[in-house]
Amino acid sequence: MSGIVFALLGVAVAVGMAGMGSAWGVGVAGQAAAGVVTEDPSKFAKVLLLQLLPGTQGIYGLLVGFITLSKIGLLGGGAQMDMSITQGLLYFAACLPIGMVGLVSAKFQGQTSAASIGIVAKKPEQFGKAMLFPAMVETYAILALLISILAVSAL
Amino acid sequence: MAVLRMQKVSICALKRDRKAILELLQMSGMMEIIPIVSEDSVFKKSDTILSRQGFERNAVIADQAVEVLQEYVPEKKSLFSSLEGKPLAGEAKLKSIEKNADASVDDAKQILLLNRQIAEDKAGIVKLEAQIESLKPWMNLDIPLTGTGTWKTTVLVGSVGAAVTLEQLYAAIAEKAPEIEGLELQIVGSDKDQTCITAVCLKKDEIRLEELLRTEGFAKPPQAVAVIPGTHVKGLNVQIEKLKADIEDSLRKIMTYEGCRDTLKLLSDYYRIRADKYEVLGGLVQSEKTFIMEGYVPATQTDGLKNKLEEKFELAVFVEEIPEEEDAPVLLQNSNFTSAAEAVTSSFGLPAKGELDPTSIMTFCYIFLFGLMLSDAAYGLIVFLACFIAIKKFPRMDAGLQKSLRLFMYCGVSTLFWGIMFGGYFGDAVNIISKTFFGKEVGIPALWFVPLNDPMRMLLYSMIFGCIHLYLGLGLKGYMLLKDRKYLDFVCDVVLWYMMLTGLVLLLVPTDLFGSIVQIKLTFPPFLNMLAKVLAIGGAIGILFMSGRNSKNPVLRIALGAYDLYNVTGWLSDVLSYSRLLALGLATGVIASVINQMGSMLGNGFIGAVLFTIIFIFGHLFNLAINLLGAYVHTCRLQYVEFFGKFYEGGGRAFAPFRQNTKYVDIKED
Repeated sequence: MSGIVFALLGVAVAVGMAGMGSAWGVGVAGQAAAGVVTEDPSKFAKVLLLQLLPGTQGIYGLLVGFITLSKIGLLGGGAQMDMSITQGLLYFAACLPIGMVGLVSAKFQGQTSAASIGIVAKKPEQFGKAMLFPAMVETYAILALLISILAVSAL
Repeated sequence: MAVLRMQKVSICALKRDRKAILELLQMSGMMEIIPIVSEDSVFKKSDTILSRQGFERNAVIADQAVEVLQEYVPEKKSLFSSLEGKPLAGEAKLKSIEKNADASVDDAKQILLLNRQIAEDKAGIVKLEAQIESLKPWMNLDIPLTGTGTWKTTVLVGSVGAAVTLEQLYAAIAEKAPEIEGLELQIVGSDKDQTCITAVCLKKDEIRLEELLRTEGFAKPPQAVAVIPGTHVKGLNVQIEKLKADIEDSLRKIMTYEGCRDTLKLLSDYYRIRADKYEVLGGLVQSEKTFIMEGYVPATQTDGLKNKLEEKFELAVFVEEIPEEEDAPVLLQNSNFTSAAEAVTSSFGLPAKGELDPTSIMTFCYIFLFGLMLSDAAYGLIVFLACFIAIKKFPRMDAGLQKSLRLFMYCGVSTLFWGIMFGGYFGDAVNIISKTFFGKEVGIPALWFVPLNDPMRMLLYSMIFGCIHLYLGLGLKGYMLLKDRKYLDFVCDVVLWYMMLTGLVLLLVPTDLFGSIVQIKLTFPPFLNMLAKVLAIGGAIGILFMSGRNSKNPVLRIALGAYDLYNVTGWLSDVLSYSRLLALGLATGVIASVINQMGSMLGNGFIGAVLFTIIFIFGHLFNLAINLLGAYVHTCRLQYVEFFGKFYEGGGRAFAPFRQNTKYVDIKED
């Protein structure tokens, strides 16, 4: 078996898990946002912004997945079909951080966003602070992204 | 860069001038009224709540009338109407509204009445339609629903359960009451819930028959209509037509009020202004001939206001500095450029008493970091042009919105700059397009370097920018301490930290670890290494002993110092937090490349070109939107958590002057 299988598995983990987390988070936040909009449609723009915040993990996963795909030559031809198993597992390991952290952080960021949407519902003037709480959760996804990118591009 | 100095202004004037004075103050919109709580035997408050409520009610009536007009006779609004801001109206116009206020309120009430009539008529139509619907299965019946009879016979009209046949009914009756003779059953209609029947029998059998039918589920029709159903439905239809005509009529009448729309808007604002005025009036303490009021006024405006008042009225105006214990409201004043980010500051919290306004310095940092995060020349240009055109096109835009757009316009320029530095033009669109459609790959080289090819380098620079930002924050704290003449605090909380951090950085740079990360091996001369050690150790010892200087207990003091020293991990995490500059910068570029790749996969023929264009436009719009959001949120975070965390707490109260708080128009002084 060629190592490229593991490399591609890594791409799947990065994009898949981070994407699942984002879908989860955006979903939870979206339910809260819809509730606010039924009461006060003028808050649509603000709650939409908050709903979108947990969406970034999916994009980070995509980012790592894309860099990995282009590194192993699956984009634009020249795929390294004879990649060693070790090499493939290295790519797999490099993709793990953003996959795992993306999943968990997006889920919790979604819950935090939902709570922040509650702030906007009651005190719309505190939007700046409300936005900050979900942004805190995202920090760890960014750190994981960083390590994934650095690892993938170093390979 | 400043919080405007406020002064306290007290006015003592004649009661007969009070309305004129309040109008002048409201028009100028420079004074925040302080409600006076204490009353005494001479100075009392007058109760204005009734008149105020009347005005508020009228304002609401006018608002509702405007809404009704908007519903039936919509005003044409452009897509960008929210950017347009409120139109101007002269003071004379407001005066003319005042003259005809009662008539206008009657107009508004008339509109609401018509609206209510329409609603009632519509409800009536629904009710009638439901009646017609329930009579549908009875339409074949040619006698009244109440049933009639002849001299000897009785007709029972009613319904039994769905899908019951005549045979079943006959059989059931014959079985239980064979004595009933001359029974005639007939099905007149049916729907999914019921079968409608008539039963003719001799008068003497009526009660027995009805009993038997009831066991089969017989029920009299819900509407006891004493006429033939067909005729009745015709009558109902006539009623519906009449109601429809009524609605048309009401609508036509509402249409005739279309011209009143602007008047009604002005009327609503007029009553809103008056209600505000009466609220202030109710807070004034008045004697028989005079009244007193107090308020905060920006120091730059006090002289002008005083002169204006003294010119027009006989009164006494006292200006004094605000006493230490009072909590003055905060109004920011910044230059044209730096005022753009005032909203960023105020959404964190306005400066508390004694704090400096961080807006002006923060504006530069904000624009710088925002550009680094978005870092695509084409996106920058789009953002810049969109904001620039909007600002130029809609000069009467709401002031707060205009400031935000101006901030994003500057951020667009910064994004353009960093995009050129890092070689991002719609990601790698130039390379992809030239390769796909022209067969030869050309690209615009980055002026500095491409972060995707050299992420470690970009990470290093992100952290360097972060360090500068954080040092700046600590420096501002030092500036504030110096301004307050707290020299010891300045040395202990700022200088010692600077020493230790600089020492630590200098110790880190020549190590192998650092060298392997940045792939440059730096060797410092021995004296610099020595200096680094001295700075780091000196700073650390200083913090250990001086941080808990407010504590008399020496053990506690050292413990507090050690705890403060632990904050160095906080600095580490703060610096690492700036790695988001790299992450978000890469995100923009990589997603843009994904979009370009996707577009180019469809070949270089005509169809390929068309599809490429479509994917390109929508893909990049999506990417721009999502990354604008990301850059906005994370730049705010870097300002609020990392930068403000070093020196700024906020918590001031915004200046809320007594002014013409209008909804539809801005009133201009004639």
